[in-house]
Amino acid sequence: MATVALQSLRKSFGKTDVIHGIDIDIADGEFIVIVGPSGCGKSTLLRMVAGLETVSSGEVQIGGRRVNDVEPMDRDIAMVFQNYALYPHMSVFDNMAYGLKIAKVPKPEIAERVETAAKLLQLEPYLQRKPRELSGGQRQRVAMGRAIVRKPAVFLFDEPLSNLDAKLRVQMRLEIKALQRELGVTALYVTHDQVEAMTLADRMIVMNGGVADQIGAPLDVYANPATEFVAGFIGSPPTNFLDAALVGEQGGRIGIRPEHIRLDAAGRLTATVGYAEALGAETLVHLRTEDGTQITVRQDATLPIPGEGESRGLVWESASAMRFDAEGRRVAAG
Amino acid sequence: MEKRVTFKGLWLPLLLIAPQIVITAVFFFYPAGQAIWQSLFIPDPFGLSMQWVGLGNFEYLFSDRFYRASFVTTAIFSILVTLVSMGVALYLAVLADRLIKGSGAYRTLLIWPYAVAPAVAGVLWLFMFNTRVGVVTWYLGLLGYDWNHVLNEGEAMGLVVVASAWGRISYNFLFFLAGLQAIPKSVIEAAAIDGARFWTRFRTIVWPLLSPTTFFLLVVNIIYAFFETFGVIHTITSGGPQQATTILVYKVYADGFVGQDLGSSAAQSVVLLVIVSLLTVVQFKYIERRVHY
Repeated sequence: MATVALQSLRKSFGKTDVIHGIDIDIADGEFIVIVGPSGCGKSTLLRMVAGLETVSSGEVQIGGRRVNDVEPMDRDIAMVFQNYALYPHMSVFDNMAYGLKIAKVPKPEIAERVETAAKLLQLEPYLQRKPRELSGGQRQRVAMGRAIVRKPAVFLFDEPLSNLDAKLRVQMRLEIKALQRELGVTALYVTHDQVEAMTLADRMIVMNGGVADQIGAPLDVYANPATEFVAGFIGSPPTNFLDAALVGEQGGRIGIRPEHIRLDAAGRLTATVGYAEALGAETLVHLRTEDGTQITVRQDATLPIPGEGESRGLVWESASAMRFDAEGRRVAAG
Repeated sequence: MEKRVTFKGLWLPLLLIAPQIVITAVFFFYPAGQAIWQSLFIPDPFGLSMQWVGLGNFEYLFSDRFYRASFVTTAIFSILVTLVSMGVALYLAVLADRLIKGSGAYRTLLIWPYAVAPAVAGVLWLFMFNTRVGVVTWYLGLLGYDWNHVLNEGEAMGLVVVASAWGRISYNFLFFLAGLQAIPKSVIEAAAIDGARFWTRFRTIVWPLLSPTTFFLLVVNIIYAFFETFGVIHTITSGGPQQATTILVYKVYADGFVGQDLGSSAAQSVVLLVIVSLLTVVQFKYIERRVHY
């Protein structure tokens, strides 16, 4: 168990800068999710912590020790890869025991640690199987087991659930969280899925184009996004954006979450109803304003669903409107 | 889904496979049959008549000290050619696999020797190691080493092995490189995080995952060393000195066409035929099962 600190961490490939300076102090046992669209540098950031990518400038510290020039194996980390990266020619047992064998851990202890991890991950019946004889979810568990048995100070996850189907993903998400709690290990978790980020993270780093747009607890980030990008990326369906001029305000854009808009006969803005998606518990109504801005409203299923082509007023509390300047930065209300 | 065409008649399918059958018949079945037939006879010196000797040719062959020695020579030669060509190729492939810049040029240059015909390769090496005018011989002379593969059996073997293996390295290199690149990078990275250093990773991860490629190359290279190195041996040593480099294939030629002992030569071809068949069985049995892990 250890703290992790990144200090003005930068990475460039040749002349292309992919990470433009990241700073964060991660507490012992904290679950940090790095979230962002593809190409934002989130995986590169994780791989720099792992030691699989060199650091162009800045510093990576694990447990207070500078590890920039330390080999991956000596960083006291374990990593779970997107494609699992299991050793295909080894049994599940050997996959999990590999690191321990190299570390010359005595055989009885290896067996004990693998058994414990297998029990934790419900892999006991499969220990003698080869990875190709396992389902996607089981392979994922083996990959986690391989990380667990080494008792690392830091867990690194690189989009570990991307290759699973939706149902399994939800299940594994809960298991990962429970596991991390139980082991009390510091975790860095990369994903492009904002739902995973919201549910797993103690704090999340929202990355955009190699920059950490915002670092904070999921609900804080959701309630108070620092930039227009964060407001649009976190939350599903995404935040509605409209030009401030549309509602008679000056400069920039306004963002309002779909659940903060109410439909009424008249309101701050008038829009035409497109189609509505009834999801059971709630309904998503898609509308279009006169100037063509798309607006999505999330309303309770008990409310009447407006018919297509009808005109409705959009109502929202001033406090729920988020204002952004021309560069996309959040501007204080008022 | 398997797509199968079903023919109604018999003539069209027969016609379609006819070219293949004809080629195989003319260039394989007929000469192979002739060899088997001839191996049972001894022709008279003028080729006018043949005398039935049953398995006499074979009996004589296996009691021949030189023929038995040729088996040993072939085994040593094949093992050395295979080891040298595969070992060097694997080493180069591992290096090329780590290369990021210029790997294209490196690869292209390495492929070229494969385009050189064995006989030409033989002449090339012969010139370099020529006992009177060879460049390498001269430099070895400066170092105080008197190279003479015409007289020294070990040196003769060494030279034909190197010349035969040289052209083969390219071919093996290509397969090894493809095999290495087929190993997912993340598996290697996972092993690195698990604490395995380069050599451990190679031994425990890369080598096992490469085994289908290695096994394929092993069989292919042994077959090459057995049968396709004739040109190299013919140009460099002609089987000498004292038959030290007379491998089985070369002996078929030397006894049959030079020594005019057609019965023995035919019997030797039959022995080779059996060896090829065995190798082919091995190849089909194991290589067709592509996944070994």
